[in-house]
Amino acid sequence: MNFQPNERGYWGEFGGRFVPETLMSPLEELTSAYFAIRDDSEFQAEFLNLLQDFSGRPTPLFYAKRLSETLGGAKIYLKREDLGHTGSHKINNAIGQVLLAKRMGKKRIIAETGAGQHGVATATVCALFGLECVVYMGTEDMRRQELNVFRMRLLGAEVRGVDSGSKTLKDAINEALRDWVTNVDTTYYLLGSALGPHPYPLMVRDFQSHIGKEARQQILEKEGRLPDLLVACVGGGSNSIGLFHPFLQDENVQMIGVEAGGKSSKLGEHAARFMEGGKVGVLQGTKSYLLQDDRGNISLTHSISAGLDYASIGPEHAYLHDLGRVEYVSANDEEALKAFQTLSQTEGIIPALESSHGIAHAIKIAPEMSPNEIMVVNLSGRGDKDVNQVQEMLA
Amino acid sequence: MRIQNKFSQLKTNQTKGFIPFITAGDPDLKQTKELILALARIDSTVIELGVPFSDPMADGVVIQKASERALKNNFGIAEIFDLVKDVRKETQVPIILFSYFNPLLQYGLEKLCADAKDAGVDGFLVTDLVPEEAEDFSNLLKKHDLDMIFLIAPTSSDERLKMVAERASGFIYAVSRTGVTGARETTSQSAEILVNRMRQFSDLPIAVGFGISTADQVAETWKYADAAVVGSAIVREIEKFGSDEKLVEKIEDFAGNLLPKN
Repeated sequence: MNFQPNERGYWGEFGGRFVPETLMSPLEELTSAYFAIRDDSEFQAEFLNLLQDFSGRPTPLFYAKRLSETLGGAKIYLKREDLGHTGSHKINNAIGQVLLAKRMGKKRIIAETGAGQHGVATATVCALFGLECVVYMGTEDMRRQELNVFRMRLLGAEVRGVDSGSKTLKDAINEALRDWVTNVDTTYYLLGSALGPHPYPLMVRDFQSHIGKEARQQILEKEGRLPDLLVACVGGGSNSIGLFHPFLQDENVQMIGVEAGGKSSKLGEHAARFMEGGKVGVLQGTKSYLLQDDRGNISLTHSISAGLDYASIGPEHAYLHDLGRVEYVSANDEEALKAFQTLSQTEGIIPALESSHGIAHAIKIAPEMSPNEIMVVNLSGRGDKDVNQVQEMLA
Repeated sequence: MRIQNKFSQLKTNQTKGFIPFITAGDPDLKQTKELILALARIDSTVIELGVPFSDPMADGVVIQKASERALKNNFGIAEIFDLVKDVRKETQVPIILFSYFNPLLQYGLEKLCADAKDAGVDGFLVTDLVPEEAEDFSNLLKKHDLDMIFLIAPTSSDERLKMVAERASGFIYAVSRTGVTGARETTSQSAEILVNRMRQFSDLPIAVGFGISTADQVAETWKYADAAVVGSAIVREIEKFGSDEKLVEKIEDFAGNLLPKN
């Protein structure tokens, strides 16, 4: 089985480049720049070095003993992306792409952000290299993630609020694309998830694959064998594909991606692309499953977590879904909120609301598994940013 | 064939073309019909009819807002075809649909082409469909004798221009500068350079758009291109006078005044 996209950026029928003509030459330039560094040992050494010394990789693989024992089933390990610099896996991709932008001679970096984690990671790496940084963020997300807005500004980035559409991640991407198409000569667009036109889904997945490569080595060291199951939340899908990808060839390793089930299964009240309402279409440069109406207009979405609140999903996930290699399920707002508290109280780890969706599913299925079985859950980010929101919801 | 005929007519008369853009359903479909007829009266070369979309990533704020207003009227491509069918009873002005790809894809491309032909639509311009991704769609259009209008941009390499030349029909739309749609105070030199580059590869008429909003700018564009496209400037007037009972008259005047005198 081949899990690489073809030269036009397609996994099966998903992916491609659906962008205005103005962006095509820049994307071609980006693709050749990326393929030049992909196997360049000097670049990879520099990248790895920053992952270690700046971000603190490898992140630990932690055995959640009390949680596992309380649930009385599978042995649950947590991949601690929350312990990386800036508090989520987003830093991996931000470091990789900023290094690439530097090689390409770009001085101005733009990014979109949903929960703010990608924005913070981008602002952080831009500060490290003294690059100009502009982050687009939906005003609804700015309200939900006020702390991250302040963090980005503190790091010297300019945060531009986006007031169109649902005022969330999708609208921030539209606005970032508008900026890019206007300032394409000087600007590097640092897309934060495994989404968008080729080569972004491939590039982001590659940079995030360190998560899975480490987890693979760590579980072999700790348990002497591969895990039975991997679980990760899926918004655009970068943390999950980062964990899954290095295991795709291992047929005995099952994988579950957890989408945001929101308030209900009604279109508009969730962000689960593989649920009802999700159909193949084209949005923001890529062909994948989309939440949309019969006329092809993109539906509003809802999730308690800004980082999962998005109408489309990375094309590689769409492919893995249709192939049946990865199973996709959803956890709703309530389950995620409960998991947020459970993990805090049983392990002393406050997870991000995004990651709480993965935890919620683990809590659901672990009791049905045997204590001999091993599950690895990607704890993609820490929950400090969500504490205010959760406090309001629990009040 | 309406597009081709219209451009050869212009050539015979040694004059240049004017291509207005309006968003279908803004302020409502009934008025859109009247606006098309008004734009036909001022002898527009082609009318670009925008299909409203929830996520117009290549558009500036004026056309984004027009899309939002239109979507409130709760209609789709089927209703736009009905509208064109209705308009065809009164005018033969070439009409192309200007759309993002997803609404077309959801309609079903095969059915779309058949219904478009039946309604009297002359072609499609799809903002986010570059030649590499357009193969299936452009074959279907060809089969139904409809034109596929492609965009070219100042960033397009010669290789890309050649690819467009091979696939385009009707006319070619040159984007005057990098950026989203919207009026600008000055036009850019990059458009003229782009048009001249494209002439090496294609004999099709070339229209220039993005940022053209005055009669002076239209005249300027006519010096080197075959037609000028005006979108946001007209849509902004529709926004301003949307609820005015003299809307159609005002737009007819406004668009008429964009045509250079003599």
